[in-house]
Amino acid sequence: MNDIWDILPGLADKLAAHVVLSASAIGLAMLIALPMAVWASRSAVVSRLALSLASLVQTIPALALLALFFPLLLSLRSIFGEGLPTLGFLPALMALTLYALLPILRNAVTAQANLDPGVLEAADGVGMTKWQKLTLVEAPLSAPFIMAGIRTAAVWTIGAATLATTIGQPSLGDPIFAGLQTQNWALVLAGCLASAGLALAADNLLWVIEVGLDKRSRWMTWGGVAVVMLGILAALWAQGSGTGERRIIIASKSFSEQYILAQLIGARLEAAGYAVEYRDGLGSAVVHSAVASSSIDISVDYTGTIWTNYLKRTDNPGREAMYATIRDWERTQNGVTVLGRLGFENAYAFAMRGDRARELGVTSLTDLTAAAPRLTVGGDPEFFERPEWIAVRDAYGLRFARSRNFAPTFMYNALASGEADVISAYTSDGRIAADKLVVLADPEGALPSYDALLMLSPRIGNDKGVRAALEPLLGAISVEAMREANLAVDREDAKKQTPKAAAAALAKKSGL
Amino acid sequence: MTTPSPLLRFDGVICRFGAVTAVGTAVGGVSCDIAPGSFVALVGASGSGKSTLLKTVNTLVAPTTGRVLFGGEDVSSLKPARLRRRVGYVFQGIGLFPHFSVAENIAIGPRLTGEKLLPDRIAELLALVELDPALASRMPDELSGGQRQRVGVARALAGEPELLIMDEPFGALDPVTRDALGRKVRELHVTLGLTTVMVTHDMAEALLLADRVLVMDKGQLVADATPRALLAGAGGAVAQRLVSVPRHQAEQLAAMEGSAEREA
Repeated sequence: MNDIWDILPGLADKLAAHVVLSASAIGLAMLIALPMAVWASRSAVVSRLALSLASLVQTIPALALLALFFPLLLSLRSIFGEGLPTLGFLPALMALTLYALLPILRNAVTAQANLDPGVLEAADGVGMTKWQKLTLVEAPLSAPFIMAGIRTAAVWTIGAATLATTIGQPSLGDPIFAGLQTQNWALVLAGCLASAGLALAADNLLWVIEVGLDKRSRWMTWGGVAVVMLGILAALWAQGSGTGERRIIIASKSFSEQYILAQLIGARLEAAGYAVEYRDGLGSAVVHSAVASSSIDISVDYTGTIWTNYLKRTDNPGREAMYATIRDWERTQNGVTVLGRLGFENAYAFAMRGDRARELGVTSLTDLTAAAPRLTVGGDPEFFERPEWIAVRDAYGLRFARSRNFAPTFMYNALASGEADVISAYTSDGRIAADKLVVLADPEGALPSYDALLMLSPRIGNDKGVRAALEPLLGAISVEAMREANLAVDREDAKKQTPKAAAAALAKKSGL
Repeated sequence: MTTPSPLLRFDGVICRFGAVTAVGTAVGGVSCDIAPGSFVALVGASGSGKSTLLKTVNTLVAPTTGRVLFGGEDVSSLKPARLRRRVGYVFQGIGLFPHFSVAENIAIGPRLTGEKLLPDRIAELLALVELDPALASRMPDELSGGQRQRVGVARALAGEPELLIMDEPFGALDPVTRDALGRKVRELHVTLGLTTVMVTHDMAEALLLADRVLVMDKGQLVADATPRALLAGAGGAVAQRLVSVPRHQAEQLAAMEGSAEREA
């Protein structure tokens, strides 16, 4: 675990981004919650309404709240124009601000309600205007309680900001998600340590301010405020010191293959003299729209995914026809350049443990139909909502005893431990060979093809240098080479590699 | 006898709270004049409307109908901050600002109208209410209850008001402090040439401090007499019932004293 100490210094830019995001969200939440609390203190209806709304927001899981802002902002583009960012800082800021509202609002409202009525009467009695009463009496007397609310909000926000990674905003969640995906626990721990350390530091600093306000110690209050401001300024400065020119942003969805390919693409572009940046661990839908909007420049997507999710097609015209149709559709509909196919497929397939398949006498999906009512099927979290599953289920009349969701990494463990009898595997997955799994045949052709495609955003689609750097990748990567690279990242023994190392090995093996 | 023009005039004041049907009427049509220099006690049981009537003077309560004239001007036409500087307000809750020092508390009224009180003036005001000027830098929570109300009185006097209105000012104090502060206020009333209206439910306090006693019952003014006249039996049934309490207590005490002397 000494690795953690090697990883931590490298997280400085993530830390800076995390600080800027969290501080902005808390600052914005204060700007909204404090005037609202004043209003709420003058009207019981507003008070009840504001607190109920803020509580309602809290019941939405932070991950879902973050994801919901993507479609929301996308629809708002019809009003604000195509320049409105749908990924990254803006949606993360909005979601986290909503999340931070409740503790600030609740404490501010409670503090105002608990003010000594005698003091308020005196304020009127000496002739204060409403504004003077607020600034001279209500605000200073409520300040320590409001500060306690801000502390709670800060700790929550810093924690929840790690989830901003999933919508393409760099944060300390980046190492956590990347580490979880590639089972690099040192990376996960480093990310957790950094965000927990940041939360503790913020909590203690704000506590000093709170005590300062309570004890009316200007030294403590302003000292605390000064240190907080210094921290935020340092983070802003660290962020601002990056190159002014926009880098090429490479996306990866949250599985190992995507991390490896992103590194492979990045290495080639860097060798060609481009500055690149990675957005790892994004949701599938987010990646597709982000490339179309040039929020992200390069992604690797799959024909089957685009076919069913975005073209909304359920037929299966065959591999070549599907590719040609998608290529035209992406160009005309989204302005996205499909540079070409990498050469391998990462299709959905159903896999079983070899011994279990022999025991049940199953070699194809047709055989599986009879055994299914006694079996548990495992899938990734989106699998059972996907048209592929519905197509296979209906084509073969599959009726399983149970279906369970697993993170892709843990699906194989579930199969090994018997928690699932059949899983929705991916054909390029290295663990198919490593675990000696049986991939069930699909005689009805119900599963569509999943050619890996190299997608370029409208912004760089015609950049000759980029195209020249990436064209050698087309058709160069075999499914065996990809499986080997995936296994190198997913395995947990001494031969485990980082996505970067695996990408280098893959490039070498593919003759690049 | 010539009556000077009144400093304060209640003109058909009616105060209703909430829905007309629900809580009802707190003050049901009060008209009366208060001459400059007088010390008026407004006495009544809880809920008689005396505090509500008092608060119409500094516009903490606005009458539903009727007017309150202060020096001939309708109080609702005056700026609250200006008006409240001319009307010192002392009340049972005291309401010292806990985050202000004693000096800052005393200086708040003038500060709101843009005037800064000098330390000498603060010391003078503290001396007026018989507090050590060294207390100026203390915070309110370092003071006793009696000291706090003395600061409350000093705060009310800081703007050199023409009128002092007090709502149960000594209600929360122990009897000894209460007696001392009552007498002090009466003395300041005379030396500073104030006009004072004091709300109290304690008829003994009213009789001893005031030179005119108004009795309120169910939102109506039911008696208006000097203490001497009340003790002589004037003012009607409600007033006499209130007067009978301290009178009876005094008689009992006198009787006990008499028997103690005989035993001695």
